[in-house]
Amino acid sequence: MTSTALTLRSGRADTKPHGGVSWWLSDVWEMTLRNIRHTLRSPELVSFSLLQPVMFILLFTYVFGGAINIGGGRYAQFLLPGIFVQMALYGSAAGTTIGIATEMREGLMDRFRSMPMSRSAVLVGRTVSEIFRNAVTVAVTVLIGLLVGFRFLNGFLPALGGMLLLLLFGYAVSWFGAFIGLSVPNAEAAQAAGAVWIFPFTLISSAFVPTGTMPGWLQAYAAHSPMTAAVNALRALFSGGPAGSYVLQTVAWSIGLIVVFAPLSVRKYAASSR
Amino acid sequence: MPAAIEVAGLCKSFGSVMALDHLELTVPEGTVHGLLGPNGAGKTTTVRLLSTLISPDDGTAEVFGIDVRSDPRRVRSIIGLTGQYAAVDQLLTGRENLHMIGRLFRLSKSDSRARASELLERFDLGQAADRQTKTYSGGMRRRLDLAASLMARPRLIFLDEPTTGLDPRSRMAVWQMVRELVAEGTTVLLTTQYLEEADQLADSLSVIDQGRVIAGGTPDELKAQVGQDWVGITLIDGAALEETTRLLRERLGTEPVADPETLVVHAPLADGGTLPDLLHLLKGSGVAIANVAVRRPTLDDVFLAVTGRSAEHRTDQRNSGKDTNGKDTERS
Ligand SMILES: Nc1ncnc2c1ncn2[C@@H]1O[C@H](COP(=O)(O)OP(=O)(O)O)[C@@H](O)[C@H]1O
Ligand SMILES: [Mg+2]
Repeated sequence: MTSTALTLRSGRADTKPHGGVSWWLSDVWEMTLRNIRHTLRSPELVSFSLLQPVMFILLFTYVFGGAINIGGGRYAQFLLPGIFVQMALYGSAAGTTIGIATEMREGLMDRFRSMPMSRSAVLVGRTVSEIFRNAVTVAVTVLIGLLVGFRFLNGFLPALGGMLLLLLFGYAVSWFGAFIGLSVPNAEAAQAAGAVWIFPFTLISSAFVPTGTMPGWLQAYAAHSPMTAAVNALRALFSGGPAGSYVLQTVAWSIGLIVVFAPLSVRKYAASSR
Repeated sequence: MPAAIEVAGLCKSFGSVMALDHLELTVPEGTVHGLLGPNGAGKTTTVRLLSTLISPDDGTAEVFGIDVRSDPRRVRSIIGLTGQYAAVDQLLTGRENLHMIGRLFRLSKSDSRARASELLERFDLGQAADRQTKTYSGGMRRRLDLAASLMARPRLIFLDEPTTGLDPRSRMAVWQMVRELVAEGTTVLLTTQYLEEADQLADSLSVIDQGRVIAGGTPDELKAQVGQDWVGITLIDGAALEETTRLLRERLGTEPVADPETLVVHAPLADGGTLPDLLHLLKGSGVAIANVAVRRPTLDDVFLAVTGRSAEHRTDQRNSGKDTNGKDTERS
């Protein structure tokens, strides 16, 4: 009986590859699961993060939409890709920044740091779980978009590609958010730091209005903003038109953000409280 | 075989504050060592250094012969940490918390589940196991925290003020758990502000103050420096003062101090007598007693004995820079 149990146990241990990547993946999975549970168990946070895009959709469609000249076509069709990107940014950047800044002050991080687990897994798990949260909020926003007249006019695969691109961009931005969250002293500062850049960053772009009416210097910035690239990519993928260059730009920005801010964040996390 | 903890010349500063100032510490495997000191003495800093959360400015710290600075990962795999503040995930249930920790310690899924159930039962959390820990009381959270640090059966466990802020019942429960751990061969480094706790649990003690060890030894050795418990017996009739003093002297073999003003007779409770014995003796001799009080030596008494100044007033005295010499005069 006992020996059977022991054989089984050691058998299982042997089939499990040791060290390296598999341990890291296991750690990341545990951390992702933890954060997904947080999301599922605080539905008020998810609904709160939906409040803003829903308000924007209604305001822009029914209040400002009529006054904004987008040169033909339905405004909802123009607007929704901008809302998607803005929402992914809000969720990823503000959510991650505040979440991490809050957790860094709690004893649990000390426990994790005193354990033989991977340092990066704590942050990777957090950012990966943001993909899940983003997917949920984007799905709800799509439904509301459909109600106000938005349609995927370009077929299934481009639509799917657009959604994946959106999640990738959101994931990349959450690393930026993680870095800010690790750099600020507390959650209140994180709240402020999160809000300060997001509004101008998302509004000075092609998300809500065509950039053509902005003053020249602002146009130059807006045209090259990663926000504009992502919004234009989604517009093309959802409504038709040349998407290639915008998609490439968005992917490049995303990879750039990850390559820069993931290692910086992990180093900051490992060094914190030293 | 290397000691569980071997610390030499350990220094750590935070800005201008020298939290540890050449700290020395040796803890043999299988024992409980108490770090006793007032707030700000450097207890938490010592625990954080040994559990690889911060690195020392100078000196060496080894855990089972492994240097915490050069091989922190190996150290982490054999220690358990219960910090000063409960470190559990409030949105997860008790069981999920333990299972997660088990998996992060590389237990297999089934081992981790079994161990979590075992610890939840043992720590009297079976009923609450599947509730989110934000609904737990402070004592339950502490116990879960302790359970979490035991998931991987560490050889060495750090307990940083494990009973501060707990009600007496939870405190007893934690003490009981520490005793069980030691019976299983685990080494424990325990910090506390309470002499009584150290006395109850520790095999040996280091009294620290301003980042230095100022006294050490077994609880008995330390108490011998401090003095024993004192009993104060308040009489109803001053005429019995002499008789009481004589009876106590004969029974205890120490010299009582009688105060004719307050009608109190103080005596150190030496090995000769327990309180009920004394009361029985006095009653049998017809001495009428108004009140009885026992005073146990406190951390403050230890400080007074070792440094000649009070633990509670240490900051004041540090600031004024005065060297008090009240060792004899201040004790009553
Ligand atoms: N992270 C920190 N930054 C600044 N000062 C600190 C920090 N940690 C501890 N200290 C200081 O170091 C000293 C020792 O602190 P600590 O080890 O927490 O004491 P204890 O746990 O014995 O109460 C105190 O004066 C405390 O203020
Ligand atoms: Mg402390």
